[in-house]
Amino acid sequence: MSEVKQGEKEVRVYIMGREYKVPAGLTIMKAMEYAGYRFVRSCGCRGGFCGACATVYRVKGDYKLKMALACQETVEDGMYISQIPFTPAEKPVYNLEELSPSPNVILEYYPEIAKCVSCNTCTKACPQDLEVMNYVQAALRGDFQEAATLSFDCLTCGLCAIRCPTEIVPYNIALLARRLYGKYVIPKANHVEERIKEIESGKFDEEIQKLMETSVDRIKEIYEKREIEPE
Amino acid sequence: MSIKIVRGYPEYMREHIEAVEKTRDKRLKETFPLMRLEEREEILKKFHPDYKEEAKRPVKVGPNKGDRMPHEVVDLLESHPLVEPEDIDLSKVDFDIDVLIIGGGGAGMTAALWANYSGIDAENIIIVQKLRLGDSNSIMSQGGIQAADKPNDSPALHYLDVIGGGHFANDRELARRLVLDAPQMIKWHEELGVIYDKETDGTMITIHGGGTCRKRMHSARDYTGLEIVRNLKDEIINKNIQVLEFTSAVDLLTDENKQVAGAVLYNMETQEYYVAKAKSTVLTTGGFGRLHIQGFQTTNHYGATADGIVMAYRAGAKLRDMDAVQYHPTGAAYPEQIVGLLVTEKVRGLGAQPVNKNGEQFVYPREPRDVEASAIIRECYERNNGIETPTGMRGVWLDSPMIEILQGEGTIEKKIPAMLRQYKRFDIDITQDPMLVFPTLHFQNGGIIIKENAETPVKGLFAAGEVTGGTHGKNRLMGNSILDYSVFGRIVGINAAKHANNASIGKLTLDHLTKYEKMLKEAGVETNRKAPILLPEYREEKVLSRALDIF
Repeated sequence: MSEVKQGEKEVRVYIMGREYKVPAGLTIMKAMEYAGYRFVRSCGCRGGFCGACATVYRVKGDYKLKMALACQETVEDGMYISQIPFTPAEKPVYNLEELSPSPNVILEYYPEIAKCVSCNTCTKACPQDLEVMNYVQAALRGDFQEAATLSFDCLTCGLCAIRCPTEIVPYNIALLARRLYGKYVIPKANHVEERIKEIESGKFDEEIQKLMETSVDRIKEIYEKREIEPE
Repeated sequence: MSIKIVRGYPEYMREHIEAVEKTRDKRLKETFPLMRLEEREEILKKFHPDYKEEAKRPVKVGPNKGDRMPHEVVDLLESHPLVEPEDIDLSKVDFDIDVLIIGGGGAGMTAALWANYSGIDAENIIIVQKLRLGDSNSIMSQGGIQAADKPNDSPALHYLDVIGGGHFANDRELARRLVLDAPQMIKWHEELGVIYDKETDGTMITIHGGGTCRKRMHSARDYTGLEIVRNLKDEIINKNIQVLEFTSAVDLLTDENKQVAGAVLYNMETQEYYVAKAKSTVLTTGGFGRLHIQGFQTTNHYGATADGIVMAYRAGAKLRDMDAVQYHPTGAAYPEQIVGLLVTEKVRGLGAQPVNKNGEQFVYPREPRDVEASAIIRECYERNNGIETPTGMRGVWLDSPMIEILQGEGTIEKKIPAMLRQYKRFDIDITQDPMLVFPTLHFQNGGIIIKENAETPVKGLFAAGEVTGGTHGKNRLMGNSILDYSVFGRIVGINAAKHANNASIGKLTLDHLTKYEKMLKEAGVETNRKAPILLPEYREEKVLSRALDIF
């Protein structure tokens, strides 16, 4: 099944330099498929959530290289398109159980973070429009809350790392910062812990067992009569 | 013809948006009533796509012979294997391991970690993943995960919601396991470092989902799936668990004792095959959204092509509820670039109402998904109260600006940033204007039959997550899919590990494929189709019709 409904207008795009005419209004991803490409790499969720389709492009007449997700960006006339199927960036192995939420941890695993020159190139590269440089700086000074909050919508597409002139890997630093923050800084939910204890003590077993043995007709009544928590 | 676009929407739609704005104050004070069970049944029968008999046919072969399923599913079950048994040299084993996990989404990664916690060394576990590790529906899930962990809630109420949403057709033991293990999976996520939306004292912020009687939806903005998956993925890497990316399983292996014994793997890039022999084989391949059942658009990721169903069926596993397809009530209907993509149920959970072209409510905003979807189809097609898009699609409004009024300005940016961002990319500001939505193919409610310990009746074969059936009956509720892959991912990991400690594999064979081919022939199935299909085909007909297989 084709995902494309042919538009009336066509635009000229250059997929890795090779010219194709495609209907206007398509995303880069669908335009490439229209042209005849079948993805194995560089295509994941197709919905802006996974970062598999990191793409670099330039529009004729402009010297600037731009970054996008192929599934979220509409083609323009004169677009030169190339995808980045894989980022060979550093991802050190660690045991989170043995770490603590201290700035030293970030420096230990990602010492190059100290070389950040605040050029903001990473921020410009981010297809999610995140404040990448600011979260890198927050991680560097040990402000894990800020680092986690600013980096939360990161899809780990890798474009920031590809662009960084000092070889920092912002998205993996953010991952470590978020995990430290989530595990060690945010208070645990007591009510979750308590419910687990109740379940383990068998508190609900009899009630559920009874429901399981109830006939469908009777359980329909119970279901319809259950109280709905108001807004 | 060119259409004038005003703040992201064609000018003619602005008039309908005005109708929505006009009734907003009134609607803020009143909610359309919930349907009774009989009303639900009636609307489903008339409008839900599952009830279209002409869209289904009985499967001619195998354990479910005679069962009616969507044509798209039957087509796959009535297909030839991709490999000829005589082309595969089974005497040369490339991987000899304890636990082979096929599918590297949420269920697969959870299974791998729990197999590892249960004593299986990382080098004796392999995750086979046809795209990148984590590329799955799991990563796309936005709205949240259910767990009855608040004082006013109980697993029994969660259980009632699960089976009521599933039309009381659920496997009751699986449903019980789902609700009872929910809180401990939330705790495990917290320990991994998953950042759920919380109050400052650590209390979970929870909201309603469709069909819930308590507010038990836990979320992480509207990137809940992403947040969980990236934690799981990092752990898989930290534990050094082997992952074969861009590699598919194309069929299961059996041995002379008729137990499943691993799989034939296929490198999607080099086209080389590998023989992977395993004491326990776990299917966590997810669902079938990319089959585009009945021509529906889908929210699903690129690889959701039902591979696991096909492989398991040939090996003798039985399926259930394969006729129960979940159409998410709110897929994007406009703009064209994102048609079919998910508009999370959290939008309704935060208070947005579905509204027709006249600005009227026509359904309670949070009916179970199948009922809500049917009401939207009825509104668009029987009552003709939908809004038509420039490409001829119809949809209804989802009044997102209500969220800002009900929950305070800035809520959308804070709680559903993915939605805000997705529409902003196409110049639509959902804090000011509603979103146009129509049901979209979202989830495979049915699947492989498993027991409570995630075993299939076929020895050596386990399954968890969307590929399985029973837990959700005929219709899954929001927030129960992350929960499903977490609960049963853990269970399958533990039990696959246990099984591997005692199992021994005999001589590898692909005899079950030869047998299946014979069954197809005897049933009179004549076809060139081959399955699993591994990835959908989206190249244009004009290209495909001229493609030469010469390089």
